[in-house]
Amino acid sequence: MKRLTSFSLPALGAAATLFATNVALAAPDLGAAQKQETNWHAIIMFVLFVGMTLVITYFAAKRTKTASDFYAAGGGITGFQNGLALAGDYMSAASFLGISALVFGNGFDGLIYSVGWLVGWPLILFLIAERLRNLGKYTFADVASFRLSKTPVRIFAATGSLIVVIFYLIGQMVGAGQLIKLLFGLEYWMAVCIVGALMMIYVTFGGMKATTWVQIIKACLLLFGASFIAFMVLLHFGFSFEAMFAKAVEVHPKKLAIMAPGSLVKDPIDAISLAMALMFGTAGLPHILMRFFTVPDAKEARKSVFYATGFIGYFYILTFIIGFGAITLVATDAQYLTGALGTLNLKGGNNMAAVHLAHAVGGNLFLGFISAVAFATILAVVSGLTLAGASAISHDLYASVIAHGRSTEQAEVNVSRMASIGLGVIAVMLGIMFEKQNVAFLVGLTFAIAASANFPIIVMSMFWKGLTTKGAVLGGFIGLLVAVVLTILSPGVWEVVMGNPKGSAMFPYSNPAIFSVTLAFLASWLFSVMDNSAQAQSERAAFEDQFIRSQTGLGASTAASH
Amino acid sequence: MSTDSYAKIRNNPKFQELVSKRSSFAWMLSIIMLVIYFGFILIIAFAPAFLGTKLGSGVTTIGFPIGVGVILSAIVLTGLYVRKANGEYDELTRQILEECK
Repeated sequence: MKRLTSFSLPALGAAATLFATNVALAAPDLGAAQKQETNWHAIIMFVLFVGMTLVITYFAAKRTKTASDFYAAGGGITGFQNGLALAGDYMSAASFLGISALVFGNGFDGLIYSVGWLVGWPLILFLIAERLRNLGKYTFADVASFRLSKTPVRIFAATGSLIVVIFYLIGQMVGAGQLIKLLFGLEYWMAVCIVGALMMIYVTFGGMKATTWVQIIKACLLLFGASFIAFMVLLHFGFSFEAMFAKAVEVHPKKLAIMAPGSLVKDPIDAISLAMALMFGTAGLPHILMRFFTVPDAKEARKSVFYATGFIGYFYILTFIIGFGAITLVATDAQYLTGALGTLNLKGGNNMAAVHLAHAVGGNLFLGFISAVAFATILAVVSGLTLAGASAISHDLYASVIAHGRSTEQAEVNVSRMASIGLGVIAVMLGIMFEKQNVAFLVGLTFAIAASANFPIIVMSMFWKGLTTKGAVLGGFIGLLVAVVLTILSPGVWEVVMGNPKGSAMFPYSNPAIFSVTLAFLASWLFSVMDNSAQAQSERAAFEDQFIRSQTGLGASTAASH
Repeated sequence: MSTDSYAKIRNNPKFQELVSKRSSFAWMLSIIMLVIYFGFILIIAFAPAFLGTKLGSGVTTIGFPIGVGVILSAIVLTGLYVRKANGEYDELTRQILEECK
């Protein structure tokens, strides 16, 4: 473990501060890191992964010709494959390392996050998935613009998607740079450029087909790696949770406090607000919603949510075992600590809990494997995001708003490819610009925006006859604006990130969702009922046909049949 | 998909049956999930000590089976819905589309 021994104290301090902010903002991220010695095991395994994905991209590119191929993998993905890909799109490195670190530091509290990240999925299934599949073609804006005026609704949906995608990308890029610097011993800028270049290649050439397979392979590798660690931990304790918990209580400085909710959730309003952001935000993420167009019909769309929920739920239970495993096997071993035994200060920061545990149970080779998996994980997530952002630009903005539906399919795909490259370049630049910034709040903000802007409009357009264009667009933009402004005025950003004095934040809570989601729904209702124009009347009248199609799939886009 | 078949579907009693059955099932499951999850969050906010109640003589607390139970409930509820929707409701949908061609 020589490579993990050279940490300076300031880096740990920075990591600890980041960690504290994460707790406040419910957004585990990867923290600041010191460059390490080159990790050859990890690099060789990562090169193998990249080689494999590039071969897949080559074959996917040869079969990616139409717009349907590019955006939706020709609709030929099965429910099981899509379930794995959804899991691969959703399980980020931040949730793997961040949640196990939260459990490592706080015990039970980590479980609150695991649960929160999962419960949005059943809601997607019950309320959104099959309607989305029946009404849409490539992006969720297809659904909202089904009976509403195309231009304003698509401009709104593309704005909501792009803001979510770009904020999420910044968080992933900065996390990637820090993590790879730490695990692989590469320079920060080099790591960010590698991630950017690879995601541009996958998306530009291989479109949704390549992206899907990168996500599937990543999901399998991550589930395998996490299963192996958890299995070894349980084996160590003779498969007795009681024995594992008993040891953890004995060695953890917080003792019995790790077995019950602690200080993570203080205020009921904050707790509910966070819960709303996580639950409804998941159902408003453009890169997740887009995956429902890759399956042939509503039946497969439903199956894919069931598989995704199963894989993601299983994964979060594993991260929990991994967190406790790290308390018992890593915190008790001086080679992983910077201070004395019993202090919980890990080399490389506490986000390294799962990585150190990988070494403790599987040696250098397995450490290399987990490092490569963490890199692959970031690649899969950023590719999905880039594709969703590129689709918002080409399918929503270019084809509908700029060309007024008169563009050719080929032109649309070309715009999408250029947009992928543009987004890749922007992501790399922002990733490098934000290197020294505290970006922990970005994941929380992304979920808050997805919950406050995208989710209300999707739900209202599907379920409420009375929704008009004016209501949807005004309601959505109000949700978006309120979510952003309240986040900036919250203590986590106003005081911690912007350096204003403590106590000066105008908004006392860490998450805006309880206010911004409610306001978005209220505003879209109010502006809809106030709208008595002829256009509004015909939009309400068109609901009936939309409803029949959303329920039966009659006339639904069958991407697979071309 | 002519306007004609839309009108036929609208007037088909089976369509009304499908909509009311599936909607009430989906909303019921959604409400169960919301109650389970927000219930869990509210216990954490208002009665955290309850989750620290020990099970038996060891250190394991009741919070763990409850937390894992919330995760498992999400998986079980999605499974229930998919089973019913991909079986009973899809069969009903198929019949409706068949009759309203």
